[in-house]
Amino acid sequence: MPPPDAPAEPQYDAAALMPRRHDMHPRPYDPDYKTSVTRAPRLPLLSMQATPTEETGPRFGHDRIGPLDNDLIRNHAQGDALAIGERIRVFGRVIDETGRAVPHTLVEIWQANAGGRYRHIKDTYFAPLDPNFGGCGRTLTDETGHYEFMTIRPGAYPWPNRANDWRPMHIHFSIFGHAFGQRLISQMYFQGDPLIDLCPIAATIKDRGQLDRLVAPLDMQNARGMDYLAYRFDIVLRGRRQTMFENRPEGL
Amino acid sequence: MLHQSDRLIETPSQTAGPYVHIGCIPSFAGLKDVYPEDLGRSPIEPGARGTRITITGSVYDGTGWAMRDAMIESWQADAEGRFAGQSGADPLVSGFCRFAADKDSGEFILRTIKPGAVAGRDGMVFAPHIALWIVARGINIGLSTRIYFEDEDNSADPLLARIEQRPRVQTLMATATGAGTYRFDIRLQGEGETVFLDL
Ligand SMILES: [Fe+2]
Repeated sequence: MPPPDAPAEPQYDAAALMPRRHDMHPRPYDPDYKTSVTRAPRLPLLSMQATPTEETGPRFGHDRIGPLDNDLIRNHAQGDALAIGERIRVFGRVIDETGRAVPHTLVEIWQANAGGRYRHIKDTYFAPLDPNFGGCGRTLTDETGHYEFMTIRPGAYPWPNRANDWRPMHIHFSIFGHAFGQRLISQMYFQGDPLIDLCPIAATIKDRGQLDRLVAPLDMQNARGMDYLAYRFDIVLRGRRQTMFENRPEGL
Repeated sequence: MLHQSDRLIETPSQTAGPYVHIGCIPSFAGLKDVYPEDLGRSPIEPGARGTRITITGSVYDGTGWAMRDAMIESWQADAEGRFAGQSGADPLVSGFCRFAADKDSGEFILRTIKPGAVAGRDGMVFAPHIALWIVARGINIGLSTRIYFEDEDNSADPLLARIEQRPRVQTLMATATGAGTYRFDIRLQGEGETVFLDL
């Protein structure tokens, strides 16, 4: 036992996080997205090399994930009924900025139903709820970083910003990675949706190439005839530098 | 080691939006029958070593309004400064918690144990702290900050030492309000703006 006041020895391996490139992210303060005006810090962030607090992070075991958790068509079904909407498979790979797979990490999604309505106490849009659609899913990436969901294509919906703003069809994504400093929430859009170019939230990303990465292409090779369309959405998390301890099993 | 030019670029963030709870804390959204229980309901299990503490606070926007839609995640070490999974870490401390601002009052509550000091590289030692990650509608990229404790010795903390304007250090201090209870308010903007981190 170490003496009571002695901090534990650092045990993070291969963990040094690369600095985040904020210019590749949305601008926090963007007057066209009105809510950001009062919610964006005015002062600069305090920058520093990541510490063990950012380089470690929670892990979630397979025992926490149910067999239907990644199937939004069925995970809120009442009896045998299925969710209403255009059946889609959303799949992809989670890697980091060095190109390495991020295996066994939690990916969560949430979305509106086919009519553009969320199952949330605060959503009062008059499009109806679908009794067989909950709108959330989760899964762990496999050994090679791949994940997939079955769901329905969410509807576009209007929202209070300017007088007539609509969100393009989108699925919200939450990804953990292996370090708390890799934590990311983003949104996936759908190829060809004309509302993307009109959306003030999408437009908070000033680099068009970066925004385009959120637009999932239709992937007919991975669609299934008479069943579902497929959209591919790959995700890149902050990179971690390789170190001499790379081969040691991660302590997490 | 890859050169900068060989690096891929991180996927850009987008706001979590007002309905983040559906995906992250479904029971808060009123969605109770998809998963048996929400993930991250508590950072500790019964029997975890350390002092039990309760931290209460609000997230205020630039007008001073306590936001009703913020979601916060916390990540911390155990009472000896070890993170979950590290050898010797307390198996009853997951260290991770998710909690939301109350939809009526805007107040959040975190019930946990006080973490120990954490050893970093090059002999650095960080005073006991809890990392927070805050998302909400209008926050385009999640905001990181830390809770430190005013009743701990923070004098040698390397992160706090980097804050040039010393009065701002106070924005990262949980203030004791009673036995084992603390207050920690987060101000996104304006007077008393919290120090947010880029680590
Ligand atoms: Fe949305």
